[in-house]
Amino acid sequence: MKRSYFSAVILALVLAFLYVPIILVVVYGFIPNGISMSFFDANGDFIGFTGKWYSMIFAGDRRIEALLESFWLSLTIAGLATVISCVLGTTAALALHKWKGRLQSIHHALVYTPLIMPDILIGISLLMLFVACCVDCGFWTILIAHVTFCVSYVVMTILARLQDFDDRIIEASYDLGAGVWYTFFHVQLPILMPGIIAGGLLAFTLSIDDVVITTFVNGAGTNTFPTYVSSMTKHSRNLPAVFALSTLMLLFTCVLMGLSKLISRGGHTKIKGNK
Amino acid sequence: MSSSVKSKKAEWLTTLPSLVWLLLFFAVPALIVLAFTFHAHTPNGGVGEWSLSTWRDLVDPDYPAIVWKTIRISFEVTFWCILLSLPCAYAIARLPKRWRALVAGAIMMPFWTSFVVRVFAWKTLLHPDGWLQACYLTWLRVSEWVFDWLPSFLQKFFVFIGFASQDRVDPMLSTVLDSEAAVILVSVYTFLPFAIMPMYTAAEKFDFSLLEAARDLGAKNFYAFRKIFIPGIRQGIISAVLMVFIPTIGSYVIPQMLGGTECILIGNKIFMRAMQNRNIPHASALATLMAISVLLPLGCAMWWKKRQELRDRKRLDVRTAQLMTGGAE
Repeated sequence: MKRSYFSAVILALVLAFLYVPIILVVVYGFIPNGISMSFFDANGDFIGFTGKWYSMIFAGDRRIEALLESFWLSLTIAGLATVISCVLGTTAALALHKWKGRLQSIHHALVYTPLIMPDILIGISLLMLFVACCVDCGFWTILIAHVTFCVSYVVMTILARLQDFDDRIIEASYDLGAGVWYTFFHVQLPILMPGIIAGGLLAFTLSIDDVVITTFVNGAGTNTFPTYVSSMTKHSRNLPAVFALSTLMLLFTCVLMGLSKLISRGGHTKIKGNK
Repeated sequence: MSSSVKSKKAEWLTTLPSLVWLLLFFAVPALIVLAFTFHAHTPNGGVGEWSLSTWRDLVDPDYPAIVWKTIRISFEVTFWCILLSLPCAYAIARLPKRWRALVAGAIMMPFWTSFVVRVFAWKTLLHPDGWLQACYLTWLRVSEWVFDWLPSFLQKFFVFIGFASQDRVDPMLSTVLDSEAAVILVSVYTFLPFAIMPMYTAAEKFDFSLLEAARDLGAKNFYAFRKIFIPGIRQGIISAVLMVFIPTIGSYVIPQMLGGTECILIGNKIFMRAMQNRNIPHASALATLMAISVLLPLGCAMWWKKRQELRDRKRLDVRTAQLMTGGAE
């Protein structure tokens, strides 16, 4: 009994530790003075909260135009990277699940190694590739890099899903006269959908949050949200806008996660029903 | 025959997209990095002739020290993460089922805010005017007082794990920001959920009645925890170690934002060489070193796992053989 009490205390402390910066992020979004980043003026008097950063974001204010632009670029890249890595990831997972030859062991090694490599190594090696091929870095190089590190995560998520997959369903479909493509689109894909959605969500979060790989391959002038923020932290008077935007993102993802939970629960019961 | 050919074709068709993509954008770049390490660099930032000069330059006393520092900090971060997440995993797994998902979700939730933004929030917190500075000054005083009577080997240990500095520090001049401690603190913060999650998944499958049995047989709480719970979630611990150790080796944003000039790791050096000095062969060589320092412990872990599995199987075989002969009699 004593033991579990002790561990519960540690758990509570750890949770508090994890939430310290989150609380700061939310609070900083209401800071009136963007230069000194404080709620107090030069005399040490409290000058109150402000909602002006939120209205600036919603009005698309000129002063934070570049920030909003980088945010949209991040969303675009994350969206495209998610779609591409989901397509590549699904075919890869199916191949890895179905065949077990030498080709697949090479394939598996190639899919698995990016997972154990630190991000910075993927970033630098892609930079070297682009240097060696004399490619100018920009939108497309960022997209390629993001797809490269997302694919492996998507494959692993879908593979985990495939492990519970009853292969007899496919045979049943063939026996009932369905073709390969019909079976894929009407039997296999719907069953895999929750796995693909989970993998896609993971890819999206990884892509939108990535700073290390992007700094290597973004070239001059193209900035995603994280790289733009990290350049802003050095000298900017609009930093509270970053925190306000992060708070909005946090709220948005909370809602999204709640929805995805509902969807995945729905998908789960459906499969059980099918069995 | 024709069906096997068809199946072969189908295999290639489904494998090809991802295989080609990863070959092109993962395997080939890795080979290019390796090839660049055997080139000299040109003053205008290009890659020169084949030569071994890059590897010779790496002997420069700076680099081994940086590699060692990176590895040491990664070990420290891993140590703290594991130490903190063990009781957490235990506590979550013992919660009622409905609460478990909720708490696990609460642990992952900070990750829905941008990583850079979170690190920057830490930076403001650790700023010399922040309240953490006050805590740090108190800690310095306490450690100074403790050092007056601590046996010398303990002091050396504290210095070794980075909890105390070799020389007495002047509390007025030192800050938490721009120090190794800041980097370790925020790294632990960043990677802790990645340590808790695999351990919790393992702990969830753990049979807690074993602990009760141990207690009934007279084991103390902590003894049972150490001898039964920890080996029981061994797989989870191994993956937690890897989940923390590998990204810490490669971390570069955290030391750059919080470490100042005090804490330059391989990641920072790679970034400097590649983006600022445009010395591409050097950056490649450092990247190769980093890859080695990741792959070595990983190889060891894999080897250990395999050996453990073999042992378990052997034990099982012996057991079955015993049972079989017992049955025959």
